[in-house]
Amino acid sequence: MFVLVVGGGKVGYYLAKELIESGHEVVLMEKDRGRAEQIADELGSIVVAHDGCEGRYLGEAGANRADIVTAVTGDDEDNLVICQMAKHHFDVRRTIARVNNPRNEALFRHLGVDEIISPTRMVLGSIEQDIPVHELLHLAALGGGELEIIEAHLQVDSPAVGRTPGDLTIPEGCSLFAVVRDGNPLPLRPDHVFRTGDKVIAIGRTECEELLHEQLIGSSS
Amino acid sequence: MKTVIVGCGRVGAVLADTLDRAGHEVIVVDTSTAAFDRLPASFGGNAVRGDGTDEGVLRRAGAADADLFLALTEGDNRNVIMAQLATEELGARRIVAKVNDPVRAAAYADLGLATICRTTLMADAIAGFLGLPMSGMPSVLPPGDLHHARAHRASDDAPVPPDAAAPQEA
Repeated sequence: MFVLVVGGGKVGYYLAKELIESGHEVVLMEKDRGRAEQIADELGSIVVAHDGCEGRYLGEAGANRADIVTAVTGDDEDNLVICQMAKHHFDVRRTIARVNNPRNEALFRHLGVDEIISPTRMVLGSIEQDIPVHELLHLAALGGGELEIIEAHLQVDSPAVGRTPGDLTIPEGCSLFAVVRDGNPLPLRPDHVFRTGDKVIAIGRTECEELLHEQLIGSSS
Repeated sequence: MKTVIVGCGRVGAVLADTLDRAGHEVIVVDTSTAAFDRLPASFGGNAVRGDGTDEGVLRRAGAADADLFLALTEGDNRNVIMAQLATEELGARRIVAKVNDPVRAAAYADLGLATICRTTLMADAIAGFLGLPMSGMPSVLPPGDLHHARAHRASDDAPVPPDAAAPQEA
């Protein structure tokens, strides 16, 4: 696979290194000449010392034959432009962007970036998992962020307690598939009676989240 | 007409003053308060300090539902992201983004943004003055074959609003 990595910071550097070790063809673009030379010394002549936002240089780096373009610079606006240029100007099939401001995630998705990696969101997610909350926990995002795996921690007053999966109105585009009880993961059976402390694992479209919350935990206040 | 101008450089400041004097509602956003020194003392619009690529900043500045949104900072990519933010999230009716890289300017015109490219604009102005051949690249690009429907409706065909000089709404 030919992967074009734009941005030679820590993320771009280690990404390129890992990809090369897995046998992929990699070109890394880094606009800072000093940094580009430093990476080239370590990884070989895979570095193009130009700005990946410039259409011309993106073309020279081989964007038109790249299977994947991944934009991992520290600037959201640069990452968006790199992915959009790759997608619409060079017909790259798959684009991946790093997003720093979590509020940009929806915009990026809406504007056609295939995959969004948000370090800020990931750290937030980890912090949330350590705090007992009456909310749904986001465990993972799939399908470029359209789908997510979430966990609902049932409380005493949760409407699902004492009921079976069939008693609940599960929104379309959403599926409950497992439950963690006393630390043991169990497949969710139709005769499972939910009780306080159950952690219900579901996969669903992001827009179903509110309905799912209502069914499992209760109306959001 | 409500106009939002992000980037209070020379061009941004001149346009802000012109629109303000013509009686329009003008909001100018820049990351540096020193940039607002370019506005004349008579300027009656709002000058807000903040990052124009941040949706929260733009909303707090009152930039939602603008009739006209001009992205005029020195960063092509910043202009491009905020122009798309303005159409997709903030309901701007018409936008113009300054994009100085001619390749990017053409690519974003294809994606539905009206773009102005200072590089070809200046090069052709100089070439025209000296009687040299023109670059052959357009400087003002209307939104072309569009990829989002909302941007299509928002930006029409002309990159510059014909009613910019005459106040029609308060």
